[in-house]
Amino acid sequence: MAKAIKVAAPAERRLSVGTWVRRIVFYIAVVLFWQGIVSLHIWPEYALPGPLEVLNALILGLQSGLFVLASLVSLQRMLIGYAISMVIGVLLGILIGRVRVAEETLGTLVMGLQALPSVCWLPLAVLWFGLSEQAIIFVVVMGALFSITLGVVNGIKNTPPIYLNAARTLGARGIALATQVILPAAMPAILNGFKQGWGFAWRSLMAGELLFASLSLGNQLQAGRDLNDAAKVLAVMLVIIAIGVIIDSLLFATLERRLRERWGLQR
Amino acid sequence: MFQRQLVKEKHDIESKHEPAGGISLQVEGVSKLYHGRAGAVQALLPVDLDVKPGEFVCLLGPSGCGKSTLLSIIAGLELPSSGQVRANGKLIQGPGTDRVLLFQDAALFPWLDVLRNVEFGLRQAGVPPKERTEQARHFLELVHLHGFEKSYVHQLSGGMRQRVAIARALALNPAILLMDEPFGALDALTRDRLQAELEEIWSSTRKTILFVTHNVREAVALGDRVLVFAPRPGRIVREFRITLPRPRSLENYQLMEQASEILAVLKEAMGEVKHGESD
Repeated sequence: MAKAIKVAAPAERRLSVGTWVRRIVFYIAVVLFWQGIVSLHIWPEYALPGPLEVLNALILGLQSGLFVLASLVSLQRMLIGYAISMVIGVLLGILIGRVRVAEETLGTLVMGLQALPSVCWLPLAVLWFGLSEQAIIFVVVMGALFSITLGVVNGIKNTPPIYLNAARTLGARGIALATQVILPAAMPAILNGFKQGWGFAWRSLMAGELLFASLSLGNQLQAGRDLNDAAKVLAVMLVIIAIGVIIDSLLFATLERRLRERWGLQR
Repeated sequence: MFQRQLVKEKHDIESKHEPAGGISLQVEGVSKLYHGRAGAVQALLPVDLDVKPGEFVCLLGPSGCGKSTLLSIIAGLELPSSGQVRANGKLIQGPGTDRVLLFQDAALFPWLDVLRNVEFGLRQAGVPPKERTEQARHFLELVHLHGFEKSYVHQLSGGMRQRVAIARALALNPAILLMDEPFGALDALTRDRLQAELEEIWSSTRKTILFVTHNVREAVALGDRVLVFAPRPGRIVREFRITLPRPRSLENYQLMEQASEILAVLKEAMGEVKHGESD
């Protein structure tokens, strides 16, 4: 008998050479347009630097190790805050998704808080924790927590009941039912919540760090402003974009692709 | 011979029941009333049913006649509005691996590969990893899926998925198999083949099987008994005993005769509904 039917590799649209050419041409055009605007001298050079100056500032920042160190500080805060959100968010999500009373009470609270941009927690966090590491991590936690919670809730609520029935008739109950059936079945939605939570937390971290004097990416933005150094500000922005894109495309996109392949979901 | 082999391999995990072969099932006055938005719906009028150990009973009827509800109640996944079910004389309370339910769309877990799907029930029963892999492989071979252990659900055809579901159920060595239109979504050729394989498994293990179908010939080909259900409200209208020799050929004229007799009863039951709706 033949081996398992190999369904054509799903989801991965292959990028043609043409796509890449168009893309590169587009970005070259953007840079040229930028340079063109700068050459018109509408704005003073300290406010709108040219692409070369920004490139210089970027190289300088990377060579001096300042940007690397700042990135590490910011990423460490992200990881700590995000890990806390994952643990609390998954537990809270299971509670709301499985217990009726929790859904009717806590569920509405989470929905409400989700509507609040998490950087709004910063003033309160500073009052509670001072201008400290805890305050900024608190803001990161608040940024990711509700997205993750709602992702878990959605996943649980949308799990086809047939998986639960099949598992129960095969003898699964209690914790085993939760960890071996409910959570894996909810995984696509949970992953979505993780991804969205990361995005929100990253944004609030950058906003929060503007207020902090210790070295970090957000603080480097502020430092550039204080020095009237727009080239540095733009260079830091590029670093922030790069980190965001790398995490999105390497981490979350890979996880998503693997899940889709395994489940046989098509884009 | 196959039966003995099964007993030998399986008795250590399921020592609480008879190692192999079916057990009896008594359905006593079981009914189901759903309370929906549009008011109460009588899904099933009180049903009495006595199934002998090792008997193959087909529940035949159109959709909405309560046959799946009855199966789900026997599986312990739903509570009856009245009445009770006994398996081997013991009152059933909730799901139990002495009665495993199989579904029309196989209900395999897409996050597990084929082998892990078959191992699922054994894992719940606390069978150690090495042993359960061995058993899962054995049952995959039994349903002719050797070599597909690492495949994922979406890579299998509908017939293969049902085979995996059957292996997953058999791995638990249940005394009763509850099958809810398991072949309903398959093409005719695959359906015939799986019917034959199921009959083979049944005749070598003598498990009690309750088999829901809306296909008259399938019911006659497989069942010792065929119970004809009618819809709205769901109820049993007739019972047929099928005494044709096995294995039965679908082309056998006696089978076709019996099937057309049952079909007439089924049509009459449906006609009642139409009549009832018009007034």
